Amino acid sequence: MTYCSFCGKDTADGDHAFCRQRLSMIDPPRYCSECARRMVVQVTPDGWAARCSRHGEITSAR
Amino acid sequence: MTAAPEQIDVLDEAREQVLERGVGLSEAQVLKVLELPEDRIPELLALAHEVRERWCGPEVEVEGIVSLKTGGCPEDCHFCSQSGQFPSPVRSAWLDIPGLVRAARQTRETGATEFCIVAAVRGPDKRLLSQVRDGIKAIRADGNDIQIACSLGMLTQEQVDELVAMGVHRYNHNLETARSHFPNVVTTHSWEERWDTLKMIRDAGMEVCCGGIIGMGESLAQRAEFAVQLAELEPDEVPLNFLIPNPGTPYENYPVVEGAEALRTVGAFRLALPRTILRFAGGRELTFGDLGAKQGMLGGINAIIVGNYLTNLGRPAQQDLDMLEELSMPIKALSQTL
Repeated sequence: MTYCSFCGKDTADGDHAFCRQRLSMIDPPRYCSECARRMVVQVTPDGWAARCSRHGEITSAR
Repeated sequence: MTAAPEQIDVLDEAREQVLERGVGLSEAQVLKVLELPEDRIPELLALAHEVRERWCGPEVEVEGIVSLKTGGCPEDCHFCSQSGQFPSPVRSAWLDIPGLVRAARQTRETGATEFCIVAAVRGPDKRLLSQVRDGIKAIRADGNDIQIACSLGMLTQEQVDELVAMGVHRYNHNLETARSHFPNVVTTHSWEERWDTLKMIRDAGMEVCCGGIIGMGESLAQRAEFAVQLAELEPDEVPLNFLIPNPGTPYENYPVVEGAEALRTVGAFRLALPRTILRFAGGRELTFGDLGAKQGMLGGINAIIVGNYLTNLGRPAQQDLDMLEELSMPIKALSQTL
């Protein structure tokens, strides 16, 4: 199962078009896609870093 | 024969009053501008652009911002995803000093002259002020001469004096909305408390940055009220944000401000504030898209936040810098601000 990084719900459950739109425009991920935990997110002028307590950190730099 | 007052066109009035004499529009006049039909928006924006060029010059001030302390705020500002009172997905975070130095460097590399350090707090405590002091020292030790602004909530006189001593040249504290609408937006402190902080900042010799957010359920009359209340404050800068309906906040289902309405607001605020730095801030990506951003820059705006915001993302800085080049708008140099 994977989770939506914007709303934290199961990606297979419901329509996430709005979530994808927000993530593509103005939002960093807020929920871990592997476990749906809320992540600690730091936005900086040219990027972001999001840390899940279980699954580690992802960044905009990939 | 003189036309009756109700027949005088507000843009004709503005041309004589604002463009020629530099006197901002009154509340009643701003309301008339906000009520202009859509087919008159190009005329409004052209006039607002002329006003901006006449009274502010051609330069655009570029700024970057960063959140030093994110989330967990005790206040209940209904638009804010960083309030600890709402079920927002934003979690608390502190940026360390090396991270702050990197953010300031990224900002300076865009050509920006301003770097604003922001914290989601009611007001700063000793720990936060200490972090700001150490951060500013580290930014300077990095060889970065960018002007530093802060936004740390409500201040005491002692804290104002401390910030001046640290070399903070501008302080942001938004009134957010009209005085009459403020109690619908925030209940944990008052509009007057914010006003008091702003007066202390001005009296201490720091530049005052004070704006707000459009689209929080205010009426057009309240939007006009807000514009003239800002004019009364005589701020050096007014950041104009458009509501981002963020999940978990009381305003999460509010509509995004429609582009034409936002452009009308930009023009109206410029005509109320002819000499002020009027900055495009958060929400413009949702409200305007790419095309509208250009229209805003040609409609009275003369400053811009580039890159990301505090918890939301902006357009890549280079995209905005390219837009300014395309519009032949020079970026204000640091030497002009010192």
